[in-house]
Amino acid sequence: MSGQPLDPRTAPTFPAAARAMLGDTQLRKNVRHATGVIQTKRARVVEEMPDWQELRESGRQIREHTMRHLDHYLQQFEQNCTRAGGVVHWARDAEEARRIVVGLVQAEGAREVIKIKSMTTEEIQLNKALEAAGVHPYETDLAELIIQLGQDQPSHIVVPALHKNRQQIREIFQREMHLGTLGESPQDLADAARRFLREKFLRVKTGVSGANFLIAETGGVCIVESEGNGRMCLTLPETLITVAGIDKVVPTFKDLEVLLQLLPRSATGERMNPYNSIWTGVDADGDGPRRFHIVLMDNARTEILADEEGRQTLHCIRCGACQNACPVYRQTGGHAYGSVYAGPIGAILTPQLQVLNHAQTLPYASSLCGACYEVCPVKINIPEVLIHLRNKVVRKKGPLTPEALAMRAMGLVFRSERRFRAAQRMGRVAEAPLVRKDGQGQGWIGWLPGLLGGWTQVRDLQAMPQQSFREWWEQREKSEVSRGN
Amino acid sequence: MATDAREAVLTRIRAATGNAPETRAVMQEWQGIRRQYRQHAARDHEGVLELLIDRLRDYDATVQRVSRDEVSAVAARLAAARGIRRMVVPEGLDPALLPAGLACETDRGLSAEELDGLDGVMTGCTLAIAETGTIVLQRVAGQGRRAISLVPDYHLCVVDEARVVETVPEAMARLQPTAALATTFFSGPSATADIEMTRIKGVHGPRFLDVLLVRDGERL
Ligand code: SF4
Repeated sequence: MSGQPLDPRTAPTFPAAARAMLGDTQLRKNVRHATGVIQTKRARVVEEMPDWQELRESGRQIREHTMRHLDHYLQQFEQNCTRAGGVVHWARDAEEARRIVVGLVQAEGAREVIKIKSMTTEEIQLNKALEAAGVHPYETDLAELIIQLGQDQPSHIVVPALHKNRQQIREIFQREMHLGTLGESPQDLADAARRFLREKFLRVKTGVSGANFLIAETGGVCIVESEGNGRMCLTLPETLITVAGIDKVVPTFKDLEVLLQLLPRSATGERMNPYNSIWTGVDADGDGPRRFHIVLMDNARTEILADEEGRQTLHCIRCGACQNACPVYRQTGGHAYGSVYAGPIGAILTPQLQVLNHAQTLPYASSLCGACYEVCPVKINIPEVLIHLRNKVVRKKGPLTPEALAMRAMGLVFRSERRFRAAQRMGRVAEAPLVRKDGQGQGWIGWLPGLLGGWTQVRDLQAMPQQSFREWWEQREKSEVSRGN
Repeated sequence: MATDAREAVLTRIRAATGNAPETRAVMQEWQGIRRQYRQHAARDHEGVLELLIDRLRDYDATVQRVSRDEVSAVAARLAAARGIRRMVVPEGLDPALLPAGLACETDRGLSAEELDGLDGVMTGCTLAIAETGTIVLQRVAGQGRRAISLVPDYHLCVVDEARVVETVPEAMARLQPTAALATTFFSGPSATADIEMTRIKGVHGPRFLDVLLVRDGERL
C-alpha cells in the first residue's frame, strides 16, 4: 500500500483491487484473525444482554427520527453549543471543510496538531491538506500511528491497522521512531507508542478530532475511545477543532443510553469502551481547551438523505460489526474497497458519497448473505440498500441488460422480509453441491453458476451458515419459552 | 460565506426530508420512540455492588470495600504498594480521605507538564455503573479537571456505595441534570487491542486503578 490516501475517485474497481489483495496471504491471515477475535468477543457480550433486540429497535428508531428532523436537531445543537462558548462552522463539502480547518489552524499559528482517530477527517483527506499548508498532523491512536508511520492506509473503521501483525509493526516503529532495540510483544510496541506520543501531548497546543455523537439538547459532543489518546487531545490543547458529519447528531442526552450500549458491544466486543468523553463548548474554569470549533459537514450526506431507500445509510454509528461479519471483507480486507469506509457499510456509503459517479462496482462487493444486517446495532438493512444501489447503477448504464433484470428480481426478494428469509434458506439448499470443505471443516464455494460467476472468479465464498442467526434466535426463543423461562 | 454554507446545507436538508414541523410535533414524535429496553435495576443493591466489583476486577482494577473512617489508611497502603510518592487531588475532596502520610498536591490549575511529574491522582466520582464496570467523573468538587485523572499513571478512586447503579439508563437518568458538565466515563485502565487484537492494559491514560467502595459515604 502506498502513502496515497484511499480515494474512491481514482481507486481501481473492486474486482480488480480484490484480486490483488487475494494474492496477499499475510494480509488475509491478519484480517481473518482480527475479525474472528472481535466477532467472538462481540457475540459473548451481546448474548449476555437480554434486551439486545429492544436496544437495536430503539437505536433504529432514534436514528430514523433524527434523520427525519435533521434540520431541527442541527440548529438546536448549533444554538446550544454556541451558547456554551463553542464556535460552529458549516461546510458543504470536503473542500470547504478542509479550508475551514486549515484556516483555523493557521490562525492559531500552529505548525503541528495532534489528532484523534476520525474516519471523517480521513474521508476528507485532511492530513494531506494540513501538510500542504506546512502543518504536521500527529495521529495519536495506536493504529492510526502505525498507519501514518508506515505510510499505509486504514483498512477497518474501528481497528484501522488490523491488516498488520506485530512483526510488521515492530519494523515500522523501529525505523520511524529511531529505536535501536525494540521487543515485538504487543506490550513493548504499545509502550513505545506511549513514550513517542507523550511528549507531543504535552507540547502541541492544537487538537483535531472527529465526533461520535453531537447532542442537540445540550450542545455537547461525545467521543468514545480506548487508549486515552482521545482524552489527551480533547483536554490538554488550548484549541480543539472537531469535524463531524451532519449525520452525527442525536436528539437528547438520554438517547446516549441506547447508543452507548449498542456501540461498544458491537464495535470491540466490550461492555463499555475504556473512555467516553462528553464536553459542552468551553469550560469557564479552565478545564480543557479555551477555544472550541466544530465543523458540521455535509459532503453528499444530504444527497443520501434525499434518497428514501438509501437514507438508512446515514443511521450508521460506525461500529464496524458489519465488516467483521462480512465473508467478502474477511477475504479481501479493507483496501480493496478503495475508500476509508470498507466492508458492507463502505459498499453502500462510498458510492453514495460519490453520488454514484465513482465506486460503481462496490454495491456488487457482497454476496447478499445478510450477515451485516443481522449484526448491525441500528438495524440498517444493508442488503436492501445494496440492491437499491445496484438498481441505480444499472439505471445509469441502461435498463435492459440481463444484469438489470436479474437485479430487479433480487430487489423484489430483499424488499420483503419473508421472501428474503425464504431466499436465504433456498440459497443454502441450492449451494450444497458447490460447497467443498477446507481443513477446518469450513465450507467454501469455489464456483458459482451464471451471473454470480464473475464474483467467484476472484474469491471463494464462504458457504452460508446452516442456520441463520435469525433462525437460531427464533428457535432459541421458542425453546426458552418451552422451558418456561 | 460561512452563513451561505449554513443556509445551503439546511436548505438541502429541508428539500431532502420535505418537512419542517414545529418543535412540539418533533418532541412528540421523539417521545413516541419505542424504549422497551431495561431501564431499572434487576438486582438488589448488594447484588449490584457485587456485579460492579466483579466487572472492575475483570478490568484488572483492585476493589476494596471499606468504611469511610478506613479510607485514609487503606488509601495510604494501596498507594505505597504501587510505589506512589506524590499525588494530585482535586479541590473539594474531603481531607479526611487523603492517604495518611502521603504528599498530596491540590490541583489549582497545574500544567500538563506538572501533572506528568506526579505519580498518581485520587478522586471521588459522580456514579458507577455495575453492568459495564464504568466510573463516571464530572467537573465538580472532589473530582476536578479532566486532565488530573488522565496524565498521572495511577488512579485511586473513591466510590460511595449509594452512587452505584446497575444499568446505563439509570446512570444517564441520574446524570441528566448535570449533562452539560465535562464528563468522563472510564471502564478500567486505558487499553488497546490494535495489535493483533491482544488487549494491552495502559496506553496513554492511567495504567493502574484501585477502587475503594465506601459503605457509609454521604447519601446522594
Ligand atoms: S452499518 Fe451498522 S454494523 Fe456497519 S458500521 Fe454502521 S452501524 Fe455498524
